[in-house]
Formats: sequence, C-alpha cells, structure tokens
Amino acid sequence: MRMVDRISRAPWIWSWFAAFLVWFATIMVTGGASTLGLSQAALTFAAFSIIVGIGQMFVITLGPGNIDLSVPATMTLAGTVALKLMDVDNAMILPGLITAILIGIAVGITNYALIKALRIPPIIATLSMSFIVQSAAIWTNRGLRIKPPSFLADFTTSTTLGVPNVSLVALVISVIAWFLLEKTIYGRWISAIGQSTPAARMAGIPVDGIRFITYVFCAVLASLAGYLLACFSGGAALNMGTEYLLMSIAVVVLGGTAVAGGDSNVPGIWGASLFMFLVVSMLNTYGLGAGFRLIMTGLIIISVIMLAGGRQPGAR
Amino acid sequence: MPKAIIDVADVKVSFGAVKALDGVSLAIMPGECVGLVGHNGAGKSTIVSVINGGLSPHQGTILGEGELIARFGINAARARGVRCVFQELSLCPNLTVLENTRILHRHLGGLGWRKRAKQVIERSLDTMFPGHGIASDRIVGDLSIAERQMVEIAMAFSDGGIPPRLIILDEPTSSLDASLAEQMLAHVLRFVASGGSVILISHILHEIITTASRIVVMKDGRIVAERPAEAWTENGLVEAMGSVVKGEAHRRAIRDLAEAPVVVEQIGHGIPFRAKRGEIVGLAGLAGHGQTDMLMKLHASSGADWLPRRDPAVTFVAGDRRLNGVFELWSILKNFSVASLGDLASRGVVNADAEVQRAGEWKQRIEIRTPNMANRMLSLSGGNQQKVLFARALATRAPVVLMDDPMRGVDVGTKQEVYEIIRQEAAHGRTFVWYSTEMEEVCLCDRVYVFREGAIVAELAGDAVTEENILASSFTGVAA
Repeated sequence: MRMVDRISRAPWIWSWFAAFLVWFATIMVTGGASTLGLSQAALTFAAFSIIVGIGQMFVITLGPGNIDLSVPATMTLAGTVALKLMDVDNAMILPGLITAILIGIAVGITNYALIKALRIPPIIATLSMSFIVQSAAIWTNRGLRIKPPSFLADFTTSTTLGVPNVSLVALVISVIAWFLLEKTIYGRWISAIGQSTPAARMAGIPVDGIRFITYVFCAVLASLAGYLLACFSGGAALNMGTEYLLMSIAVVVLGGTAVAGGDSNVPGIWGASLFMFLVVSMLNTYGLGAGFRLIMTGLIIISVIMLAGGRQPGAR
Repeated sequence: MPKAIIDVADVKVSFGAVKALDGVSLAIMPGECVGLVGHNGAGKSTIVSVINGGLSPHQGTILGEGELIARFGINAARARGVRCVFQELSLCPNLTVLENTRILHRHLGGLGWRKRAKQVIERSLDTMFPGHGIASDRIVGDLSIAERQMVEIAMAFSDGGIPPRLIILDEPTSSLDASLAEQMLAHVLRFVASGGSVILISHILHEIITTASRIVVMKDGRIVAERPAEAWTENGLVEAMGSVVKGEAHRRAIRDLAEAPVVVEQIGHGIPFRAKRGEIVGLAGLAGHGQTDMLMKLHASSGADWLPRRDPAVTFVAGDRRLNGVFELWSILKNFSVASLGDLASRGVVNADAEVQRAGEWKQRIEIRTPNMANRMLSLSGGNQQKVLFARALATRAPVVLMDDPMRGVDVGTKQEVYEIIRQEAAHGRTFVWYSTEMEEVCLCDRVYVFREGAIVAELAGDAVTEENILASSFTGVAA
C-alpha cells in the first residue's frame, strides 16, 4: 500500500497514466494490429520532444520568468548548417555534430549575455534571439535541401532490438539529466535558485554562473535535437523547429515540473512526450477533422493538468 | 473641561506571540501636541495605527469626544478629522499634486474639482512653507523627496470639507532640511495654538522637546513615562527609553582581541568597519539606517556570482527567513546542507551518506526538534527553521558569519541556545558580524558600531557597550 501511495503522489505518474490510456484506446480501435508500429512511432517522435523538453525543463527550473523561446530557431540553424557541412559525406558526421553543438553553445552564450548584460527579461531576450538565429538559418539554407549522410539517415530511422535508435539517444540524455538533477551539486543549485534566488545567493551559490551554464545546456540540447531531426526527416527544413516551441514547454508542464521553478522531473518528460504524440495519432485513427482534433487535444491537455494539479506536494 | 478628541483606554494588540501593545491608555486633548518617543519596536507605530483606525485593537476601548465608538475604522477616524503623515511617503507618484489632494478630500468631487483642489493645497502649502515653489499641477513622482514630504505634510493640514483636528506626524522631518523643518514645526505650534492637536513622532529629540506640550515615552508596548515637555531633557528621554531592569546575567566576559588579525574590512563614509578574528561585532542603531546594506556589501565583496568558490570567505544567516533564507520545497536536510555541498561532494557528485551524517551531527548539536531530517522544512516551527539556518551557516568553513537580525520572531529558549553556540564558535576563532534590533543582543557583542543615516557614527567597545551609550549615539549621532 505504501508503494501505491508513494507512486500516486509522484508528479510524473499522471502523464504516464494518460499516455498509457491513449495508447490503449488507439490500439483497441485497430484491434491490436498496429501495436508495434504505433509504439515505435510514438517512441521515435517523442524522442525529439524529450531532448528539447529536458533542456527547457532545466531552464524553467531556474524559477519564474526563466524560459528559452529560441529553441526552434536553434534547432533549425543547427540542422541546416550541420547538413550543409556534412554534404552527404559519411566521413563528416563527427565535424557536423561538433558544429551543431558549437552553434548551441554560441546561442546559449548570447542568450544569457542579453539577459544579464542588457537586463532583458528571458522571454524577450530569447525571442529576439530566435529571430536572429532563424534569419541566419534562412541565409545559410538558401532553399537548398541537402540530404543527410547515408549512415546518419539509416541510424536515425532504424531500430535496435525493436527500439528506435533516436529514443535510445533520448534515453541516454535523460539518464544524464536525471543524474545531474538528483545527484550533483549543480542539480541542487538550480533547484535552490528556482525556489528563491536571493536565498540561493546568500547561501553562497554562484547564481550567475549556474544560470549561464543552464541556458547554454538548453541551447545545446536543442541543437542536438535539430541535428537528429534533420537527419531523421531526410533534410533540414526552415520550419522544422516550429512545433517544438510550444511542445517543449507543454511536455515540461504536463510532466509535472513546477512552472514556478525549483522542482523538476525527468520521467514526467517521457510520459508527456509520448502522450502528446499519442493523442494526435488517436484522434487521427478515429478519423476526426483537423479543427476538431485541435480542440480535443487542448481539452485533453487541460484535463491532465487539472488531474496532476490536484496532487499534494510530498516530502522530498 | 474639554473632551478628548480621541481617548484610547487599556489597548492591547499582539502579533502572534509578540505583544506590540500591552495595555496602553492615551488621551489626546484639543490644543496639545503630544510627543511620542521610544526605541525600535516600542509600539509607537502600532498605537498610531490604532488611533488612525488602521488597526483594530484586540482589547480595550476607543472614545471620541467622550463617546464610545463601537466600529472605529479609517473612515470613522477621518470623519473626526484625524489625519496621518507616514514615514514612508504615501502619495500616488503617478498623479499630480492636486489629483492627490482630490483623493484625500472626498468632498472636493464634482465639476470643477481641479480648481477647488488647487485652492485647498496651495493655500496650505503657502501658509506652511512660504516660497515653496511647488506648482500644484506637477507629477508627484517628479518632485524631490523633500518636496514630496512638504506636499504630504501640507496636505494633512489642509482643509477640504472636514477640518483637520488631530494630525499624526510620524518622522515628518526625516527628509526635510533644517530651515524647512523649522517652518513645519512653527506651523505645528500655530495649529496647536488655534485648538488643533498633533501627535509628533521623531527620533530628533530636541525637536520633540521644543515642539511638544507633553511627551510620552514608550517601551516594549507600554507607556513608561509621561511628563510635560518642560520637565524633560534629552538625557532624561534617552534614559527613560532604555530598560529599567538590566539583563546582566548573560553578559560576555571581556576578551582581549587586540592582537587578533583583522579579517573583514569595509571603508565607506563615516567610521571604517573592521572585524577581527574571533570577534563578535554588533551593528546597532535605529532600524533601516544602513545596517543591512553593510551586511550585503560585506557579503557581495567576498561572494562569487560566476564561479563556485572552494573556500567561502563569508556565510550569511538571514533574518527574513521567507525572503532570503528558507528553500520551501526542500527537506530540512537539503536546506541544511546547501551552503556546504562543496565539502560533501567529490567531483561535483553529492555524497549522500556524508550529507546525512553531517546533518545528524548538527541536529544533535543544536537540537533541531524533528523526528526526521527528511521532513519538509516548513514542518518546523519558526525557531527551529532559524536553527537550521544557523546550522547551515556554521557547518561551512567560512571564517566570518554575517547575521541579519536573525532572532526575529524566535522564542526566548531558542535564543539562549543560539547565543551559547555563537559564544562557543567565537571562542574557536570565528568572527560574527551581528545586526540586531534588540538591545539585549547588541550588548552581547565585543564591539558595536552604531549606524545613523547610512553611516557608522560611533564605535563602542568593551564596557562602553551599554544600552545608554547605544541609544545616545543612535539618537544624537555624536560619537560617544
């Protein structure tokens, strides 16, 4: 009973529960025929939201007002530049990856420089940054659609022992993120900053340094997701990041991370990302029109948040 | 015999365990100026709030003109002509002077109110501060602090339908220069001579003695002395404000620290601040005269905002727990360990066992009353939360501990326990910089700096650390 009690209080349980329900409802309609296909597709597409969402979660954990809206533009720029550099050459995979990560680091540094040096609120700073980054992506792309190197294209679209490779990458990143949050000083510090920045400063935490690292980390994860997504979808497109702006925030909130900061949650990101994909496929399976589908998506998200919001914060 | 404008009898107000007013009776007669003095937390502001209707007493009666007022509130007080000028300026900064006048005087409403408001405020400003040069259509936010204070005072004395009968002036001269203050006090005398009443609160004692007709001294929520102004001297007032009973029991032994090295230093205007190894240095003076700023400066000058430091130079114990002390979502354990994680980790990974062990030791040592350190921080009482914050600071290796009035709202037993810990730690060579609003605590210090208007005005050491000396320096601003 204590086990059940503890699990029902975990903030991530609701997103998992919802994801499972929707998954079950969808395979029931198809009579179980699509079970494997649906699960693999869900894991594949969720992987990108998980990677981006984890970065966003770290930033949101920093407390009220902290958010990174430059995520979609960073994804696009990293994807286009990396593909252009690799130019379908398998030997260039590593330089391409490094370039993508460097782009992430540069965007993160600029983001925090705007926030700190010019004292612009993060929501405005990262939004303006996203326009600059997006323009850079348009400028480098010039309408070209370059295919990814064959090895990468295969890797991102295939499975290992039935599990999609991209979701394995997301799993590795999630384990690292969980370790950072739960076991390291860094994790303690971002949680402290999110709960009370003045108290964190007075406790001797290097507040600016930690916030800086966190914004860079978020941008790096976004650029990594952009790199993988561009390879997965057979080439970078200028609008490839667009849906991840709201997605990255939605999975953080649905996953049970406190919007007010200080309390983050890695498993919840998985449940929420799977759920977000599965809801859309369920409504598709039912053959509903686009408008109705969007309304249903909104309603379902609201009900999950209401359910999860009723929880009592337990001892941690 | 004329009847008192407001007569409060045996009023009691308490905030939690703190008795802000403990049976105060005060009657304000027409045509008198009552001076009200007392140290921080003596209850001056509370009694003023009761008289202006902002605060309902938990016990006691309020009479107006000899009649019992059952439902006394701000509106009832205003209808009787009670006005108040507060320490913190209370005009709307985004409105003009005459628009602010309109807000105060409801009867000015209707068509053409601007004209009427202009007349009311200008008449009052002209009588009080001739040659003031304040146009009534200026935005209050654009005025200097002194001009704003003048407008505020003139507004209280202005007549816009209900004539003012009792005006409460709380530190009215704090932002006025000497000549303006004189003009204002002269007006107070005229107002009183014409039958009005004034309650004057000021920390500048000679103002009170020359202006008031009767002086009331408050201490610990009671009136401890009340005499006509002629019967008072400045020294007499300072003595009356001090405690009658001396708490000599826990006075520290005088230690010889002349040889000890200086560990922190802060040089600004006024006397420079220095603290030696193993010394307990007190920051005293009236609240809000720069003590907290000094602590923040000391913290900022040795703090790190970008890179973590292996050897922190200072650590901090917050007085305002909610604002800059407690992490509310966390357990007691995490709240305790947050400042010393560097010592409990290897390569950035926190050693959970070491953390639990260290917390266990401190739980024993300062007796944090909880069954389990994994419980939420907010499950503790205020005093125990404060102990956790002390443990957090003392568990670091920082040689200097800054304390920002840390005993706010802590019960007596816990205080004694913490005093003992501080003495032990100081004996082992830790330096404490201690801002306190409580005399008793300041008197525990080896050396005390007295603050006035943002600067250190006096330094007291050893036997000179007494309540009388501290009060004298914080009121007169002359180095003792």
